[in-house]
Amino acid sequence: MNAADPLLTVRGLSVFFRAGLDVVQATSGVSFAIQPGERLGIVGESGCGKTVTGLALLGLLPRASSRVTGSAMFEGQDLISLSPGQLRRVRGRKISMIFQEPMSALDPVFTIGSQIGETIRTHFGVDRGAARRRAIDALASVGIPSPERVHDSYPHQLSGGMRQRAMIAIALVCEPRLLIADEPTTALDVTIQAQIIDLLMDLSARTGTALLFISHDLGVIAETCTRMITMYAGEVVEDAPVDAALVRPRHPYTSGLLRSLPRLSPRGAALPSIAGRVPSLRDMPAGCRFAARCHHALPDCDKAQTLSEVEAGHFVRCWRHDVLELPGALTDLERVA
Amino acid sequence: MNNKGQMIGRRLLQIAPVIVLATFVVFGLLQLVPGDIAVTLAGENATDARIVQIRQTYGLDQPFLVQYGHWLWNAAHLDLSRSYLSNEPVLDQILHRFPTTLLIVAVALLISLIIGVPLGIVAATRPGSRLDTVVTSFASLGVALPNFWLAMILVATFALTWNIFPATGAVAFGKDPAKALLHAALPAFALAAGGIAEVARQLRSALIEILSSQYVRTLHAKGLSPTAILWKHGLKNVSVTLLTVVGLLINRLLGATVVVEAVFAIPGMGSLIVHAAIHKDFPVVQGVVLAMVVVVICMNLLIDMLYAILDPRVGRT
Repeated sequence: MNAADPLLTVRGLSVFFRAGLDVVQATSGVSFAIQPGERLGIVGESGCGKTVTGLALLGLLPRASSRVTGSAMFEGQDLISLSPGQLRRVRGRKISMIFQEPMSALDPVFTIGSQIGETIRTHFGVDRGAARRRAIDALASVGIPSPERVHDSYPHQLSGGMRQRAMIAIALVCEPRLLIADEPTTALDVTIQAQIIDLLMDLSARTGTALLFISHDLGVIAETCTRMITMYAGEVVEDAPVDAALVRPRHPYTSGLLRSLPRLSPRGAALPSIAGRVPSLRDMPAGCRFAARCHHALPDCDKAQTLSEVEAGHFVRCWRHDVLELPGALTDLERVA
Repeated sequence: MNNKGQMIGRRLLQIAPVIVLATFVVFGLLQLVPGDIAVTLAGENATDARIVQIRQTYGLDQPFLVQYGHWLWNAAHLDLSRSYLSNEPVLDQILHRFPTTLLIVAVALLISLIIGVPLGIVAATRPGSRLDTVVTSFASLGVALPNFWLAMILVATFALTWNIFPATGAVAFGKDPAKALLHAALPAFALAAGGIAEVARQLRSALIEILSSQYVRTLHAKGLSPTAILWKHGLKNVSVTLLTVVGLLINRLLGATVVVEAVFAIPGMGSLIVHAAIHKDFPVVQGVVLAMVVVVICMNLLIDMLYAILDPRVGRT
């Protein structure tokens, strides 16, 4: 495979849920690409479709009540149209996923070791002894101090941080090409958060595993990722290198998110926030979905908006992007310092 | 694992108060039964002196607490005194009749599990399907059916019309196991209808919850097949619920035998206590209650120990 070829190319991914007799659309036409080894962040507030996008890629949405359209090309296969059997050979082997709450994401009545071991034995025909050795190695590689002991422990016997490390060990034990991390640090306290982020970055760099980092925390994304996608109400509104987005966001929503970060906003000033709420999935405006909360909205914003490239590798869904001078989190001067 | 030992030790300590409380309540209730047992025992045309003498012989002239204390002390030494009516030792009567009741309860439990577990699993793996609807409605029906009515229908159909099973009586398992099972079959089925329904319903709802849990989503994300997820992770997690249901079911089945044994004229514990209660044979009533309480407590203890084996979180707080 050519180095310039993306590892994963998502085109027009839309997710529909059946809600009673209605059908609601959770995401519409999400498109992005991840290069091999790249760390891509998806940011947005709750309910904007980040998690649903991650789950849809692995076919983890409930089959009976959801429908996914669009395509996600990964190593020559379209993940969206794979059969359940083909998808199982991708899950855990080529693409892994870790979740927000490691306590509820681990089976409480099996040991950590057996939960790593079964992943290995599902994808490789190895015996129990070999699986045990690989599981212990995997636990050691995520910085767990006494891997043998943790191997034979149950989830409830570990701390939150240790559980998330164990979760990461399970996800990475088959050396996947892509790790989807859905809010992996949100349920952890701040010092542990930093350790887990360092670990993910270190592992990604060491093994060349690409990272799709889903978070509502822009600070975490800014620290971790090289590129970030901003999602709003089920749509991608901005897709840019992190550095570019931090200095000069092109979409008013990204700018608003950046300004409302305590860590990145100017000292001493009142913390800005974005007034209003995300429109309901049942009642989406035809044009810009952010218009009702946007300070820069004009009557023409009710026309359909397209995602267009404003600089090389920087896409934005706002027809006024070249008129607006939106504040970012940093000025160029601060960046140099 | 020391914690688990401590937990079981704590449970053992709770046994004695439970036994004392249960037997005390029954002893007290028996005092409220109208009529004087001494008059009955003395027979017709007995003199007052004779009645007083009988009261003294049986200790009925003693205060309530003294009578209870006396009974409890003897019971602790495995002496449950003698039946007022037959003068047989109560313990012998119980030991003679308990196996019959236990066989019926065991067969009923087995039937409940053999039919209820697969139904629950099938319904849980296809929630909302037609099969699920059938199982759920059958389960509601099974819970609602009175078992004495079902017992009579079973007797009328399988015993009287078709002559497949015997209508009444029991055979000791030790004497002729095949015949004993044949006799136990109808009463066990009559008891099992509610059990099947209970097991299927509880298993279905617990398994549906497990299969939609976050850790099952993780298992899917690891690439495990739905079969592996259901049979390995689903069943081990649901076994805790199943154990709870089985524990409650055993207790309920033991109680329900009272009615069903009456329908089938089975000489078990149920008919023993009914007969004794009607004829004011208090030592027998007390003895049967004690035996039932001990069995229920032992079953609960066994189930608690199984919890500790199945669920690693038990015994740790």
